[in-house]
Amino acid sequence: MAQKLPKKDVAIIGLGWTGSILAHELTDQGLDVIAIERGPWRDAPTDFPTTYVQDELRYRIRHELFLRPEQMTFTFRNKMDQQALPIRTWGAFMPMTGVGGGGVHWNAETFRFLPSDFVLKTHLTQRYGAKFLPEDMTIQDYGVTFNDLEPHYDRFEYLCGTSGAAGNLKGQILEGGNPFEGPRSRPYPTPAQDQPFSHTLFAKAARELGYKPFPQPSGNLSQAYENPLGVRLGPCTYCGFCEWFGCGNYSKASPQTTILPVLVRKSNFAYRTECEVTRINLDGYGKRATGVTFVDTSGEEWEQPADLVILAAFSVFNVQLLLLSGVGKPYDPVANQGVIGRNFTHQTISQAIGFFDKDKFNFNPFIASGSIGMCIDEFNGDNFDHGPLGFVGGGYMGQVQTNGRPIQTNRVPPGTPAWGAKWKTGVRDNYLSTVIPGTGVHGSFYSYRDVYLDLDPLYKDRFGRPLMRMTIDFHDNEIKQNAYLTDKFAEIIKVMGAKEVVKEPRKAPYDVTQYQTTHLCGGAIMGTDPSTTALNRYQQSWDVPNLFVMGASAFPQNAGYNPTGTVAALAYWSAEAIRTQYLKNPGPLVHA
Amino acid sequence: MRKPVAPRIVAVAIASLVVASSLVDASRAQTNKVGTSLDPQNFGQIERGRYLAIAGDCASCHTVPESNQPFAGGRPIETPFGVVVGANITPDPETGIGAWSDEAFVRALREGKGHNGQLLYPAMPYPYYTKLTESDALAIRAYLNTVKPVRNAVVSNKLPFPFDVREGMTAWNAIYFRNGEFKPDPTKSAEWNRGAYLVEGLGHCGACHTPKTTLGGDEGERAFQGYALQGWFAPNITNDSERGLGGWSVADIAAYLKNGHNPTTASTGIMGEEITLSSSHMTDADLTAIATYLKDLPGQTPSPSAAVSASDPKMVAGGAIYADECSACHGMDGKGVPYLFPSLAGSPNVRSADPTSLIRVLIEGARSVATGGEPTGPGMPSFAWKLTDDQAAAVLTYIRDSWGASALAVDPRQVEQVRARAAMASTGR
Repeated sequence: MAQKLPKKDVAIIGLGWTGSILAHELTDQGLDVIAIERGPWRDAPTDFPTTYVQDELRYRIRHELFLRPEQMTFTFRNKMDQQALPIRTWGAFMPMTGVGGGGVHWNAETFRFLPSDFVLKTHLTQRYGAKFLPEDMTIQDYGVTFNDLEPHYDRFEYLCGTSGAAGNLKGQILEGGNPFEGPRSRPYPTPAQDQPFSHTLFAKAARELGYKPFPQPSGNLSQAYENPLGVRLGPCTYCGFCEWFGCGNYSKASPQTTILPVLVRKSNFAYRTECEVTRINLDGYGKRATGVTFVDTSGEEWEQPADLVILAAFSVFNVQLLLLSGVGKPYDPVANQGVIGRNFTHQTISQAIGFFDKDKFNFNPFIASGSIGMCIDEFNGDNFDHGPLGFVGGGYMGQVQTNGRPIQTNRVPPGTPAWGAKWKTGVRDNYLSTVIPGTGVHGSFYSYRDVYLDLDPLYKDRFGRPLMRMTIDFHDNEIKQNAYLTDKFAEIIKVMGAKEVVKEPRKAPYDVTQYQTTHLCGGAIMGTDPSTTALNRYQQSWDVPNLFVMGASAFPQNAGYNPTGTVAALAYWSAEAIRTQYLKNPGPLVHA
Repeated sequence: MRKPVAPRIVAVAIASLVVASSLVDASRAQTNKVGTSLDPQNFGQIERGRYLAIAGDCASCHTVPESNQPFAGGRPIETPFGVVVGANITPDPETGIGAWSDEAFVRALREGKGHNGQLLYPAMPYPYYTKLTESDALAIRAYLNTVKPVRNAVVSNKLPFPFDVREGMTAWNAIYFRNGEFKPDPTKSAEWNRGAYLVEGLGHCGACHTPKTTLGGDEGERAFQGYALQGWFAPNITNDSERGLGGWSVADIAAYLKNGHNPTTASTGIMGEEITLSSSHMTDADLTAIATYLKDLPGQTPSPSAAVSASDPKMVAGGAIYADECSACHGMDGKGVPYLFPSLAGSPNVRSADPTSLIRVLIEGARSVATGGEPTGPGMPSFAWKLTDDQAAAVLTYIRDSWGASALAVDPRQVEQVRARAAMASTGR
């Protein structure tokens, strides 16, 4: 029997980016807020100190900062007729745990989606006709537009101090920025980061091919910055230990370096770490959340009553908690009914590796940051005519190499032996003169009827709750899209002067052991139709109006960008709706 | 950044000790009635007293950090002579000061005498509080009358023999105690005089920053020139251009006291606690007055040490270690990042004759104070495991003798001593 705690105005599940943003906004509104986090407290100077965080083995290879699969994992399969098996070591994505969440270990690429990404179904149907889309593709509009979100993108960028070059300032296209971006109301708060040699060379080659390269918007700051909350960040030192690492230099935007110092000073904010929420409690009718139940490390069960519940965990855990709590109708892909688990997506990543003459090119690849890079957007979203191509979707591409770390920076030209003295010579000869973009082609992943999340019928966690089962595979549309983009990308690498270019396009089936990104999206999507979406345009549950669900689980499909900027903008958008509408009249904000 | 937690180390070595209350035999406590005659409706007096209690940082010694019992005493205070424990100064008649008369309170504050005539130890900073006006002392009493009485018997005197014999304080007082209220200097501005009153009296800055004799008395002729206590070196706060605040403007000093940070410096340790509990809550006018007075204190720097030669092996090794380990935050030019990473090049504390604080920050790491004005509270990691004594001494010597500055080299044995102290503190011995 759970022990009951004193009631709070708001219970927030998960203290990552969105949990921190909502906690800050709602405490500013005067509400009494508690955040409950499964993982430990994490603090920049003591938990990822500059004295030892540059440890590739510990953080990158051994996954120091991530959720341990023995605590919680998923089961995985490609097709509906397969038996799903539990993931026992992370591969294709890296679920986070602990205060700061993914904001601790992200690269800090801080993109905005294209205006057309938010109205994707409508846009593509109007331009190409409904028959152009694959029959089983289930893309939808977000129910919210770029213009709705622009002020909230802006807030997040100014919170983080994002470094970048504006490409579209209030409709005016600016040289040096991304001409395809939606109009922004202000320039970036700090100028773009300086770019290392290979990144600069990519931009030059792209310009020669007629593209408009721009610096990747970066949460690794180009200069010192004080954000609107009075919290300060320092300039990035280009150490090259960013993604999967925490930053002890105060130069990567994270909840720790932007919000938490102010949040923890508030008397109406409290938090519990190392406490796992096991369910959202509902009233007898299932129409109102009464709070949450969580378990501490001693196995004690606690009930935290609250008037408002904010679900702000990682996307897949959001979906799992909704299913385990009985919020919303579970998705059934056979009947094509229900909503929770629908439109699960990831990303379609590939790269092309360029081997250069070592006597002419020295790229010093270790001089890097997580979101350094020069990119082009000519092949993202619907920025190009898909009519003759037979697929939809796209992505940005660029030389976005984040590091030259010793263990994993060891690419050798084809024909080099895979071990022994010749391999060692190959690594030595190519380390400084090879371009390894990593997520060089950052493609979209649109949604399909048979790509979804549900509760596993067999495997259970330590509490006896079913694990989340993911059924995911690449469809032809994404494979075609990626092949086209990878070819275009390889052309640019070639023009850079590479003597040999090795293309590594994404292939089916979806491989859960090969890292792509941690951008798992969908499963509790937002929109305008309660029969196909879990949340309304304010990320409010259709079924339980005092429950708001943050995060990329709300994306009806994933665009060709990193999701964090949009996730955060949606969090601010929801927070504003709660502050200005919901609190005055608690109930559904949209009547469908 | 966990919720701000005051450091466990206690605020000041020379801190408040009102032993008298705990020594009172209950049968001799004449009355359980509150001994005060102050008007509980005199809002102006109570409010002024609250402010003065903050400015005097009473809570630092009389409130256990993180406790919800303000002024109930019980905080151990480390002094060079042993441990004394902050007394209960709530109005509880038996275990606090509720039974005291107002006159007894004022006498304790300004003369170091308990209400039955016992002599207090100068951990209670009466040698400074003696400069308080009677009106201010009574205002503090009026405020303390209003706080929640807490029944908490505190045994303050935990000193070893012979220091536990409080009669010894008669001789001490004869040598070091100069009774008498602050006398304004008519040739100076009102602001200067306000600053002097706060610095010399209520703020008791000299308790930490003035060098002490072996008996713990102030070395008056070296007032505010810096003193090592509790494993820190409280730096020179005169206007000395080499070792003191000569390079700081009045605004720099006021900002530091208000926010714990200014463009070149961040506060940590004991001073960080002072800022959290006391000066960050003071008015800008008072902080400016303090700064004005400090800027008028003449420095008495011994002639600057000759710089260690750049070709000295220690400097060469130190420079290499600095580039690898320090420059990412503090910069190759030693200037750091304003309000985030302190400037080493421009820091008099870095070059102080006694490098204790510098070594300690390197070995233990440090978390700067977070305040409403500067909430970031950036921290520096510990290098204890990463640098040997020789390496630590080399890099600190490099820091002290670079960018045009000069100071005595750091000796590896000094690093060893700081390490030993940290080890003792962590094992509770």
